[in-house]
Amino acid sequence: MRAGLSRFARNRLALLGAALLLCLLLTVILAPVAFPGDPFRLAGRPLQPPDASFPLGTDTLGRDVAAEVAYGARTSLVIGIGATLGAILFGVVIGGLAGFYRGTVEVVLMRLTEFFQTIPAFILAILIVAILSPSVTNEVIAIALVSWPAIARLVRGEFVALGGREFVLACAGLGAGDARIIFRHLLPNCLSQIIAVGSLLIGTSILIEAGLSFLGLGDPNVMSWGLVISAGRAVLRSAWWICTFPGIAILLTVLAINLAGDGLNEALNPRLRDR
Amino acid sequence: MRLIRYIGYRLLLAVPVILGIVVLNFFLIHLAPGDAASVLAGETGAATPEYMAQLRHKFGLDQPLSAQFLHYLLNMAHLDLGYSFRNDSPVAALIFDRLWPTALLMVTAFVIALALGILLGLIAATGRNTWRDGVISLVSLVAYATPGFWLGLMMIVVFAIRLEWLPTSGFDTVGAYNEGWAEVADVARHLVMPAVALALFYLALYARLMRATVLEQAGMDYVTTARAKGQTERKVMTGHVMKNALLPIVTMAGIQAGNLIGGSIVVETVFGWPGIGTLAFDALQSRDLNLLLGIFFISACLVVVINLVVDLVYVTLDPRIEI
Repeated sequence: MRAGLSRFARNRLALLGAALLLCLLLTVILAPVAFPGDPFRLAGRPLQPPDASFPLGTDTLGRDVAAEVAYGARTSLVIGIGATLGAILFGVVIGGLAGFYRGTVEVVLMRLTEFFQTIPAFILAILIVAILSPSVTNEVIAIALVSWPAIARLVRGEFVALGGREFVLACAGLGAGDARIIFRHLLPNCLSQIIAVGSLLIGTSILIEAGLSFLGLGDPNVMSWGLVISAGRAVLRSAWWICTFPGIAILLTVLAINLAGDGLNEALNPRLRDR
Repeated sequence: MRLIRYIGYRLLLAVPVILGIVVLNFFLIHLAPGDAASVLAGETGAATPEYMAQLRHKFGLDQPLSAQFLHYLLNMAHLDLGYSFRNDSPVAALIFDRLWPTALLMVTAFVIALALGILLGLIAATGRNTWRDGVISLVSLVAYATPGFWLGLMMIVVFAIRLEWLPTSGFDTVGAYNEGWAEVADVARHLVMPAVALALFYLALYARLMRATVLEQAGMDYVTTARAKGQTERKVMTGHVMKNALLPIVTMAGIQAGNLIGGSIVVETVFGWPGIGTLAFDALQSRDLNLLLGIFFISACLVVVINLVVDLVYVTLDPRIEI
């Protein structure tokens, strides 16, 4: 793990990604200081182009776009990370059971995984949020439910590969129970791979969230980038800035996560380096 | 003959997937708060009480869950996806009407992504670590992180509003009544921006994949052999490396089919492209859940078909696979 971190530090693109992520975290922390009050609050005249008092302009209702972008960062990160954690939990359980118990369990669970990989994930996410009603929690659930297959396949592969190794057989021979082998020996050994693949999932989750809230499936009471863009769409002709800046924020965030994630992948998964 | 047997075998494999989609849809209907009949009626409040009673009877909603499922399965098997009161039309007819524009958009985007992706991947791999490689890597990294709907909006601002080169939205010019080639050219002008907005992500994906596999194949023994017998570099690339490097691309195309349909929903919404995506957006706005379920069912079936075609392409491309 330590050798991996020093490999990460030598990767300039990965460091750039990490630096961008740090800026994003600062934005999240400093948003309430820089823009006190509710981001939904009316701050000035509607549809003002970017100038000194409103560096990113104001939207159709006179809300400060800069405040909207700053507060949207928190929503994107919370949903991105929450959905990824959910997907990891789901993927580890299903992939772990398949890889540990093999046989029929494996066949059934991996068929299920393939099934979820085949069906159009984004449409399923739309359906789940539409049925459960739009809220942050339901967005997290929906995104997690469509993103777990990648983790499940990874964990199953690792469990199958590790299952035949001497240290695992030795544990079983010494009488260790299934739970002990899984939690003390198998899972810690594929943790670095899970972290690497999971870090990239955060970016995908943020993109799905942006798409959902653009379609009007975001939490109406929480500021998010997709929400601002969908509201600004109607005045695209006269006020380009409303749609432009939240989109740049999405782009930079996902780019930063992908750069840092690629760096983690290379550092922690030497075998995947060429992919 | 063996190909036909193989197709039959693959069709059999598709049956559990389709069944799975029906089960998932059935589950989602019951996940919704309230009565399943109100979900099936579109939850718009537009359905008459008579229709609701008819729905309850048709789907056996007064019977146990297993009987309800059987009813649902039979209806789906007949492609009876219900009736959309909001649109005053059967759901299946609504979807099939919109299938053609979506297919046109998806195929165009796919061809753009595939052709340019393979080309850029080749350029990057043959000029490894040169400025060309760097530029292509940078562009694909950015394309990877760009939401398709936002890219579409930005293209509208630049190419339609500022430069006035292309129309902002729609399938063709309303009221122009073009015919023949004039109509084709008109639709093509409307198609450019949505297709590019949808294609960019996959373009980056194929470029990255192509670069990686070409570099991987270039180190193989058969390449050395080809060079040793005096084959020109160009022939080695086109005749040997490319053929093998295309296989992972075909596999990836199958995997991404579902995502391509999902992506077309937001892109169609941005450009007012009258396909399944816009239909889904309208269904969302009016909370017509049954229409959404129908769209999910049909597009999932479409993905199954696309995967079947991809498999067939794969076995014809790779003579090593026994069918």
